[in-house]
Amino acid sequence: MDAKITRDATWPEISFEERIGTAEFRIHERAHIVVDGDTCRGCSTRECVVACPANLFVPTSDGGILFNYENCFECGTCYLVCNKEGAISWSYPEGGYGVVFHRT
Amino acid sequence: MSRFDADVIVVGAGPAGSCAALALARAGKNVILVERGPFAGSKNMYGGVVYPRILDELIPHWWETAPVQRWVVRRSTMILSDENAFTIDYRTPSWGEPPYNGATAYRPDFDHWLSQQAVAAGATLVTSTTVTGLLRDPAGRVNGVRTDRPDGDLSAPVVIACDGVNSFLAKEAGLYTATDASNFTVGVKETLSLPRSVIEERFGVRDNHGVDIEILGGTSGVNGGGFIYTNLDTVSLGVVLKLPKLTAQSKRPEEIIAGLKAHPAIAPLVEGATVQEYSAHVIPEAGLSMMPTMVTDGMLVAGDAAALCLAAGIWLEGVNFAMASGMYAGRAAAAALEKGDVSAKGLSGYTDLLENSFVLRDHRKLKNIPGLVLSDRVQSKYPGFVTSVIERVFRVDNPNPKPGLRRIVREERKRAGIGLLDLVRDGWKGMRGFG
Repeated sequence: MDAKITRDATWPEISFEERIGTAEFRIHERAHIVVDGDTCRGCSTRECVVACPANLFVPTSDGGILFNYENCFECGTCYLVCNKEGAISWSYPEGGYGVVFHRT
Repeated sequence: MSRFDADVIVVGAGPAGSCAALALARAGKNVILVERGPFAGSKNMYGGVVYPRILDELIPHWWETAPVQRWVVRRSTMILSDENAFTIDYRTPSWGEPPYNGATAYRPDFDHWLSQQAVAAGATLVTSTTVTGLLRDPAGRVNGVRTDRPDGDLSAPVVIACDGVNSFLAKEAGLYTATDASNFTVGVKETLSLPRSVIEERFGVRDNHGVDIEILGGTSGVNGGGFIYTNLDTVSLGVVLKLPKLTAQSKRPEEIIAGLKAHPAIAPLVEGATVQEYSAHVIPEAGLSMMPTMVTDGMLVAGDAAALCLAAGIWLEGVNFAMASGMYAGRAAAAALEKGDVSAKGLSGYTDLLENSFVLRDHRKLKNIPGLVLSDRVQSKYPGFVTSVIERVFRVDNPNPKPGLRRIVREERKRAGIGLLDLVRDGWKGMRGFG
């Protein structure tokens, strides 16, 4: 029931960079999520790419997945949708780091 | 001197954790409340209304100090098809007066305030500290937590896990049998800036009165729903998307939000608004069927960590379930400590308190509703069916006579491809399910 919902936007369009820039992230040097490149290269379904609200999983030209942990909402969507055992090692960032919400 | 750092360690200073800590501090227990964010509420977002009745017994006159955005005096349920909308809209000024029925609030403000109530009662709040695992005694009973601080182990006879929807502590303790993605949705939200006067004109409210609109349909074919609610000078708009369905198609969450914002029934409400903050959080959506074991030796689980979120179509609640389950966990832990038995059996008063209150009674009564609401037929066929029935009911097609309600329903049901038996079955399920 979706196809027709493409009308003229009546609000300022923003890029994804601007969108994610509205949230505060206190970035720690240690990645709290680690993606196993070899497993991802062999994955054809790539649920994480479409589902991650922060758009952190980007397919590369060589068939891999480029992953950034910095702008992560720590929501858990990626590991929940991933059906490849061990592809995503997920933990929370160090205390005091990561996303800081304000008007949510 | 006790060999423990505290009587109880509460993990997570969301509404469950802070109410647990508050109840324990009131009972004279030494409680440490550990929060991984820089302040309580900094990791939390939701889809928008705090139903505060349970606070009456914890914090009398809470409304005099709670950081509320607007009191919800207008509650709408909207059904969207491609271009059309059918809205059931209830409003009453009485919800805008004490003791109030529901409030919109920013969770970083509200959760911080709630944590400070626990602190004022004597709890010790430790922020910027991530709990990384459980400590156990030689017999395997939980007796503390490991944190990411140097020498950061914290020991206590009881741990209350209020560590949110991903609850790694409940999983580590073996309280969940499995994690199934289809039990979860992801909520994605935009906090949109608009002048206060514009919000009040568009939503038809004044002063600090507000509106909560819950939406079925409008999610680009992904099972889920949407919501819009008013804050003082922002409007929060978002979608809730069933995880396996989200990945089965190619639209990203922010594109689905854009589709909802462009709907003719929604666009005039948010026209000209700029995104002030974009956010996301996972929701435990499946109710009773996904709940963990609530108690084990030395440990209790409450709030989202225990999947105590009610996603039952016309009722969408979570903060109240978190606050109540946290409060009951705190009380049960205090009672178990008094008796000197913090085994699963000694702590089982918690399960009784949940079973005898709305927390599990609502979930038992509505156990089939989350599945029904997120089912394919309800999601993909009923919104179009309902809006076309309503369209034909209100369309004046003179000189043709009115077709009559029964004929409209029959014809539109067939047009929507809904079998009579399926409709009756779903109707029966709904009637029974909503109790």
